[in-house]
Amino acid sequence: MSDIAFPPRAWFTAFLGIARRETLRFVNQRGRFLAALVRPLVWLFIFAAGFRAVLGLSITEPYQTYVLYEVYVTPGLCAMIQLFNGMQSSLSMVYDRETGAMRTLLVSPFPRWFLLGAKLIAGVVVSVIQVYTFLAIAWFWDVRPPISGYLAVLPALILSGLMLGAMGLFLSSAIRQLENFAGVMNFVIFPMFFASSALYPLWRMRESSTILHDICAFNPFTHAVELIRFALYMQVNWLSLGVVLGCLAGFFGAAVFMYDPAKGLWARRKGRA
Amino acid sequence: MPAALEIDRVSHSFGAVEALKDVSLTVPGSGFTALLGVNGAGKTTLFSLITRLYNNSSGVIRVAGYDLRRQPAQALARLGVVFQSRAMDADLTVRQNLAYHASLHGIPRRQAAGRIGEMLAQVGLEGKAGDRVSSLSGGQQRRAEIARALIHQPDILLLDEATVGLDVKSRAEVLELTRDLIARNGVSVLWATHLMDEIQPGDDLVILHRGEVLRRGTATEIAGQRGLTQAFLDLTGVAA
Repeated sequence: MSDIAFPPRAWFTAFLGIARRETLRFVNQRGRFLAALVRPLVWLFIFAAGFRAVLGLSITEPYQTYVLYEVYVTPGLCAMIQLFNGMQSSLSMVYDRETGAMRTLLVSPFPRWFLLGAKLIAGVVVSVIQVYTFLAIAWFWDVRPPISGYLAVLPALILSGLMLGAMGLFLSSAIRQLENFAGVMNFVIFPMFFASSALYPLWRMRESSTILHDICAFNPFTHAVELIRFALYMQVNWLSLGVVLGCLAGFFGAAVFMYDPAKGLWARRKGRA
Repeated sequence: MPAALEIDRVSHSFGAVEALKDVSLTVPGSGFTALLGVNGAGKTTLFSLITRLYNNSSGVIRVAGYDLRRQPAQALARLGVVFQSRAMDADLTVRQNLAYHASLHGIPRRQAAGRIGEMLAQVGLEGKAGDRVSSLSGGQQRRAEIARALIHQPDILLLDEATVGLDVKSRAEVLELTRDLIARNGVSVLWATHLMDEIQPGDDLVILHRGEVLRRGTATEIAGQRGLTQAFLDLTGVAA
């Protein structure tokens, strides 16, 4: 849209309205918050405890010394929260489309990139709150990064949340029905999570398979994990930062394209809006 | 008074299926215009084009004089829409739904609060603002949707088969409310329907069939001596 005549305050009002709706829905679905928290905690309390003895870790960047396996998997579990949150947003977009609520959003006079962006940012705020709650609980489980790391990780969480949320937005434009969402679980979430550095360092992966290592190194989720891991210890992984920023731009651009009535798949789709 | 909606030679296809063929119609600045057609005539496709859910690649759509393709923000800001399928968030209250819609039009919260109260009073739902949408009856949900569609004071209100799924009493109430809003607010209404009993003799009428406009005029002119039902059947060739 080249002809927007809204004053800056109107844009802010629209953004707040979208954010408020996302928050209200989140508050109304307390089970969602609990599920998002229980999932990584189960991994931390049970899986990590069980595998602690099996998986030996030599000193791996950014850690200065040997670390407990629980400490190693925590950044991956933070990213897992954001991955599931991004997919949850995607699911709710598909649900909104099926129930017709999506139309309310799309007939707004504000441009679609702004509407989708506002929805994306609102979702990230929710996921960041979830991650900090998880980190607070993990602190009692002896996962204690430097105090300043809790602050330093915020921009990393925002960027990784935006990237994974944008991926969810893009997927939501391609998923036709709610029933197809099981496929997303099987073909997106699980492969992304397991073929990453969330549970084991990449050098470990190379020991078993070079191809698998390369797949993991190529996986954007690996870079979200590493960005969070380094930030928690007051460092910047520049490669991961670049990959996350690039993927964010790519996924968001693709989502805007797909939701554009003139260009994306919607232009050729009947009866879905 | 300028036309609220002008559609000039608009066509639309889904692959090989031509859903709309050179459709042209005008909705005046105030009053009730009925878009009559059987299911599959192209009414919802036309509404999707007017609301920019689909892109109009051929022809021109102007809302209150604004070209939807060139000036979409201005055009959409002047449109109020009630879709065929319910489009409110059932988990939120009526007030929250209306406030959300107001924010999507950039209306500040305080101003929106005033308009929400005003619109809910107009549709007879002033006591339901704090109720969840899921607790409302079908007719009440429709009235809430009409209030929502009017919250940003549009020039034209589009209603796509707004009475589908309602009982006889609720149907009559929604229709009466819509006509009342025209008289009270001076808003223009495009009412898509397949039910002939929803059309009154003085209404502007457009008959859409298989994606083509077959006739335009007042319901009285089109009905002639035969009555509206017979005239419609004669025009469309649909078996009675």
